[in-house]
Amino acid sequence: MRRRLTPYLMILPAGLWLAVFFVVPLVLMASLSLQEGNLVDGFRQTFHWQNYTDGLSTYGDKFTRSLWYGLLATLACVAIAYPVAYWIAFKAGDRKSTYLFLLLLPFFVSFVLRTVSWKFVLADNGILLGTLKDWGLLPDDFHVLQTSFAVVAGLAYNFLPFMVLPIYVALERIDFRVVEAAQDLYAGRLQAFVRVVLPLSLPGVFAGVIMTFVPISADYVNAAVLGGPGNTMIGNVIQTEYFNNSNYPTASALSFTLMAILLVGIFLYARVLGTRDVLEAAGR
Amino acid sequence: MTTTAPAPADARTPAVKRRRRPRNGLGLRIYTWLVIAWLVLPIAVMILFGFNDTTSKFNFEWEGFTLKWYARLFDREDLTTALVNSLTIALASTVITTVLGTLVGLALGRYAFRGKGLSNLVLFAAISSPELVMGASLLSMFVTLNTPRGYGTILVSHVMFSIAFVAMTVRARAVGLDPSIEEAARDLGAGPWTTFRLVTLPLVLPGVISGALLAFALSIDDFIITNFTSGSTVTFPLWVWGSTRTGTPPQVNVMGTLLFAAGALIAVINLVASRRRARRT
Repeated sequence: MRRRLTPYLMILPAGLWLAVFFVVPLVLMASLSLQEGNLVDGFRQTFHWQNYTDGLSTYGDKFTRSLWYGLLATLACVAIAYPVAYWIAFKAGDRKSTYLFLLLLPFFVSFVLRTVSWKFVLADNGILLGTLKDWGLLPDDFHVLQTSFAVVAGLAYNFLPFMVLPIYVALERIDFRVVEAAQDLYAGRLQAFVRVVLPLSLPGVFAGVIMTFVPISADYVNAAVLGGPGNTMIGNVIQTEYFNNSNYPTASALSFTLMAILLVGIFLYARVLGTRDVLEAAGR
Repeated sequence: MTTTAPAPADARTPAVKRRRRPRNGLGLRIYTWLVIAWLVLPIAVMILFGFNDTTSKFNFEWEGFTLKWYARLFDREDLTTALVNSLTIALASTVITTVLGTLVGLALGRYAFRGKGLSNLVLFAAISSPELVMGASLLSMFVTLNTPRGYGTILVSHVMFSIAFVAMTVRARAVGLDPSIEEAARDLGAGPWTTFRLVTLPLVLPGVISGALLAFALSIDDFIITNFTSGSTVTFPLWVWGSTRTGTPPQVNVMGTLLFAAGALIAVINLVASRRRARRT
């Protein structure tokens, strides 16, 4: 009897914590998103679904931009991370953990500070652009900050390790003898890669895409620090609605819409590619 | 590997193909180092500009080498307070999270029980939910319930988002354990608590330590959720965020450098220790 209760007693404290500070807040935010009112007179529950329709029609372009930036930065992450993960998994020999450590170095600097540091590097007259302009290699009005490129590059930079690790784990588990077998069966190097290595590594890519696309689309730090007024993402809007406008119902409705879009996206993505692979790879 | 390959296969492989292999590896090696350089560049700049003898409010241009920012590290009281807040919150959050998360990780790794699937699902949701949504929902709750925001609300939110990471790390370690070791301890007359203390805990300890380090790193680095739950309390990342408009002083670079050095050092120690363990077993 006591033994059967043991696992429940073990998960109870953490379960309560997550219930009170993870699940209940989501329920209360759902309720708040349907209220009407303002900070002075208070908010009342009126099932005001217009918060959602208004939010979507007013900020539709910000949603689109967030998903677009998310897509671009995620694709950039895949393109940058795959060859690196491949080389470490197959060619780095006994230095694998050293290289992984080097790739994780950015994580030892606070996320905001990393992004601010890019602002140092890319400043109009900073060490990079300033020097190039002094040498006459760039026109004086050339700038990188306040462009979409700066924001997408910053997003890709900040989330790259989340892409490298799952791809690396998937590649590392491949028994290299299957590749040799393919070559023995007269597959060329390219064919062996496309038909053997790539399919076996895809679960890692799927997991990496989810682990980067979701936080990238919901980010507002990069757009605020590296972007300009023309690069506002939905995260910036939600932040402003909460803090500057105290428009809690609209902000809640926008947050819920964002979460719904991302959840539906993940679901469809997992459905197309096979749920088990994605969940398995993500759980590791 | 290639030396043990059967001779006929070797003989069949054209010589050209074999010569191409190292060259291909070299290209990717250079590529990997370029990516590492890209990742390290802003960190190097951050460290460098902590030594910049700047006079301007914006620390963007190099004006000469100085150590004075290290000497004046704690000159800005509000920045020092922010750093102390970050460190104490991270420490407290790590202690609470490690206890709660380890219990969950052990339960999921060592026991079969109804509701296990649901528990895994909740952990997965907590790891994959966007921080923005978690922060926004916590703020919605605090607004609805009129909870004053500050140090306490930051702490509970940090514990909330770290539990799942610790639980997953400990579970990964606990799953691989041989149950017969614990049975042997019980057969030798150890009670459940003694078995846990003398057998189970030491075996999963590497997972617990990794989980604790992860929890500390997650907490001290967190910006988005803290931004929503902080009220008027300021942590180090929040202070840096606030300074982007008025100019980031070199002390921020110095603190960033010291945190970076400490974190990298601990990670290296952990790496070496786990390598030793791997060699022993």
